[in-house]
Amino acid sequence: MSKVVLTVDDSASVRQLIRMTLVGAGYQVVEAGDGREGLAKAQASPADAVITDINMPNMNGIDLVAALRKLSAYHGVPIVCLTTESDDEVKQAARAAGASGWITKPFRPEQLLAVVKKVLGA
Amino acid sequence: MSRHEAAEVFVQEAKDLLERLEQLLLDLEGEPEDVQLVDAVFRALHTLKGSGAMFGFDRLADFVHGFETAFDQVRKGKVAVTRDLIAVSLDSRDHIRRLMDDEDCPDADGDAVLARLQAAIAAPAPPTATSRRQTWRIRFHLPANAMVTGVNPLALLDELRDLGPCTVVAQTDALPTLELLAPLDCCLSWDVVLTTEHGRSDIEQVFIFVIDEMDLEIEAVPPAEERWRLGDILVERNDVAQVAVEEAAAAQEPIGSLLVQAGRLSPDKLAAALGEQQHVRAEAQASRASATVRVPADRLDDLMNRVAELVIAQSKLEQIAGESRDPELNSVAEEIARIALGLRDTTMSVRMQPISALFGRYRRLVRDLSEGLNKEIEFVTFGEETELDKTVIERLGEPLIHLIRNAIDHGIEPASERLELGKPARGRIALSGRHSGAEVIISIQDDGRGLDPDAIRARAESRGLLAPDAAVTDAELFQLIFAPGFSTAERVTSLSGRGVGMDVVKRTIDELRGRIDLESVRGRGALMSLRLPLTLAIIDGLLVRVGQSRYVIPLAAVEECVELSREREVASQNRSFLNIRNSLVPYLKLRELFGMQTPPDPYQKIVVVSAGEQRVGLVVDEVIGDHQTVIKTLSPLHADVSAFSGATILGDGSVALILEISHLVAEGQQDDAALRRAS
Repeated sequence: MSKVVLTVDDSASVRQLIRMTLVGAGYQVVEAGDGREGLAKAQASPADAVITDINMPNMNGIDLVAALRKLSAYHGVPIVCLTTESDDEVKQAARAAGASGWITKPFRPEQLLAVVKKVLGA
Repeated sequence: MSRHEAAEVFVQEAKDLLERLEQLLLDLEGEPEDVQLVDAVFRALHTLKGSGAMFGFDRLADFVHGFETAFDQVRKGKVAVTRDLIAVSLDSRDHIRRLMDDEDCPDADGDAVLARLQAAIAAPAPPTATSRRQTWRIRFHLPANAMVTGVNPLALLDELRDLGPCTVVAQTDALPTLELLAPLDCCLSWDVVLTTEHGRSDIEQVFIFVIDEMDLEIEAVPPAEERWRLGDILVERNDVAQVAVEEAAAAQEPIGSLLVQAGRLSPDKLAAALGEQQHVRAEAQASRASATVRVPADRLDDLMNRVAELVIAQSKLEQIAGESRDPELNSVAEEIARIALGLRDTTMSVRMQPISALFGRYRRLVRDLSEGLNKEIEFVTFGEETELDKTVIERLGEPLIHLIRNAIDHGIEPASERLELGKPARGRIALSGRHSGAEVIISIQDDGRGLDPDAIRARAESRGLLAPDAAVTDAELFQLIFAPGFSTAERVTSLSGRGVGMDVVKRTIDELRGRIDLESVRGRGALMSLRLPLTLAIIDGLLVRVGQSRYVIPLAAVEECVELSREREVASQNRSFLNIRNSLVPYLKLRELFGMQTPPDPYQKIVVVSAGEQRVGLVVDEVIGDHQTVIKTLSPLHADVSAFSGATILGDGSVALILEISHLVAEGQQDDAALRRAS
C-alpha cells in the first residue's frame, strides 16, 4: 500500500512539481489549493504525511498545521512546511504550531524526496 | 633472513596485494564515488611500489610508479572513476602480475598499458571531500511534544545508523509510572555511540528539524588505547564524580554495579557507559584486524594429522580406562577426551576459510567472459562468510569455474533472445554459500534457458549412455550430463562445450565426498547445488558390525535403522525390497556383498542410507553406535575399490573400513532396476 501525501499549495506549478516527484517515487498524492481545502481533504481521508505552503489565501500554512494537530488523527503524522530561504521566524512559528520539518524554496526534486523520506522514516 | 627468502616474502605479499587490488577495482566499478576504495587502491599501489623497489624488482616498481601517478589524479578528485578507467586499471594490474613472473618482458608492453591509462585519465571530475573515521558520543533528549508533531525517534536513530556503526542505549529514568504516562509524550532520551567518517555537521543534520528545541550533545570520544576502564568512561561522561569512582574501585568489586547499588548511578547510564566501552573496543579491534599470523599450509595439514592421531590414541585410552574400572584412570581419560575434542575443533576451525576467497576470483571471470560473449550479466554472491575446510576450497576452484562458464555460455541467452522472451536483457548469475547441518551447500543459479531434457536425451542416446526406450525422470536425465564425454552444446565455443568438464566436476565433487543436485525449469534457468562435507579429516560415523568385521557409515547419510525381522524378509520374497512406511526401498546384504562365510546373526538390522534422492538399506549384524571417525585414505593399491572411501582405526587398534555410500546406493538402485526389468 503506497503512502498518501497531501500537498497544499496555491501554486499549481509547485503542486505539479511535488506530484511528479512523489508519484515517481511511489507515493500517492492528494492536492489542495489552499489551507481550507487542505483541512477539508485531510479530514475527509487521512494522509500519511502533509506538505504545505505557508503563504496561501483562505487559511495560511501555520494555521493549517495548528488545525491539523488538533485532530487526533493527525497526532504524529509528519507535516512539512515549504518556506522561503532564511525565513527563521516562520520556521519557528511552524514548529511551534506543530510542523515536523520544512523544506526551503526553491528546492530540487531530490531534496524534496530526501525530506519526505526522512520524516516518514523510510 | 637471506635476500632470496626476503624476495620470496615479497612475492607472496605482492600476490596478495594484487588479488586485493583486483577486488578493490571491481568494487570501485560498482561504487565509483567511494573515497575509501580509491584510497585503498592507492595504498595497495604504494605498498607494491615501495617493497618492489626494496627487493630489487626495479622494473615492477617503475611500472607501479606510473600506475600510482595516474591514480593519484583519481585520489585527488581530479578524475572520475569510469568503466574505461577500471578496465585499463585491471589490465595494468595484470601487467604487474606479469612483471612478477617475468622481469624481462618487453618495456613496450608496459608503456602501452600506461599510455592507455593516461588516456583514460583525461576527463576532470569535481573534487570530493575526505575525512577521518571518528567515534562520537551523542546524547539527545527530544521535546516532550516531539512525537505529536510528527518527529519519529526511531527514524532519527535509523538515520544515525546510516552514518556508521551505532551503539544505542535508551535512558528511561524520566519515564513516569503507567498511570501518569501520557502516551504521546516523549519521555525517553538516548545515548548513542557512533563511529563514522561523517563530521559533526552531518550528525546535526539528522536532527535538523528539532535541533533548536532539543537537548543535543555531540562529543568526540578519544581513541580506545587511552582509556578502557569503565570508571574513566563514567567520569568522562560526567555521570559520576572521580571520588565516587575511586571509592568504588577500592572495594574490588565490579565498579558499575557498586555505583548503582550506592544510588550514585542509574542503571541506564551504566548500560550506556558499558555500551560505549564495548563499542570503542570493537572499533579498536576492527582497526587492528590484521592481527593474524601467516602459517605455511603444510604445517596445518601436519597439525591436523597429529590431532587425528591424538583422537585415535584417546579412544584407545578411553577403552582401556573403561575396562580397568580404575576411577583415577577414568577421570584422566575423560579429561583427555575433553581436551582432545576441543583441540580437534580448534584445529578444524583453523583450517576453515571463508569462501569469499573463492567467490572473489569469479567476479573477474564473469566480467571477462560476459564481455567476450557480448552478454550482459549481473553477477551476485551471497553467504561469502560461509566457512569450509581449506582443502575443499582449494579443490573447488576449478569445478566452479566450469559451472560458471557453462552458465554464461549455455545458460544465459543473448540479450536479443532474452528480450523476445520477455526477460530483462541483463542475465543474472547468483553464487551462494550456506550451511546445512554438517554440509555446506554452494549453489550456482542462472536465469537463462535451463536444461533441455529432449536435447540431453537425444545426445545421451547417440552416445550410447541411455537405451532409446528407457523411461527416466528428468532428474535422472539431468544427471547424465555428468557422464564422461557428454556435451550438448551444438557448437564448440572458445569457452566451454569441449565435452570435457562436467564429468571432471562430478569426479572432483565425489572425491570431496560431496554431491551435485541439479534443478532446472526450461526457459527459466537452472540451479546447481554442490553439497559438501564441512571437513575431510574427521567425520561423525555410525559404527556397525557384519560378521567379525566393523564398518563405519558416515552419519550424515544415515536416515534410520530398522530391524530386519524374519517376517519382513519373507514378505519381501527374496526380492531384496523393504517396505518402509509404504515406500519400497531396495536393500543390500553386506554379508553377501563382501563375500562373508559366517552365519548371520538371528536379529539383523537394516541401516537406511541416502545419497541425493535415492535410498538403500544396508543389512548388518549389529549397530554399535556413534563413532568419531578419523579418515585415513586407502593405499594407492586399493584406489579402485569403490565400495570404501577410506579406513579408520578403532579404540582397540583394529581397522574399520568406511563405506562409500553413493557407490552402494547406486549399486542397490541398479539391482532394483534389474529386478524391475526381470519382473
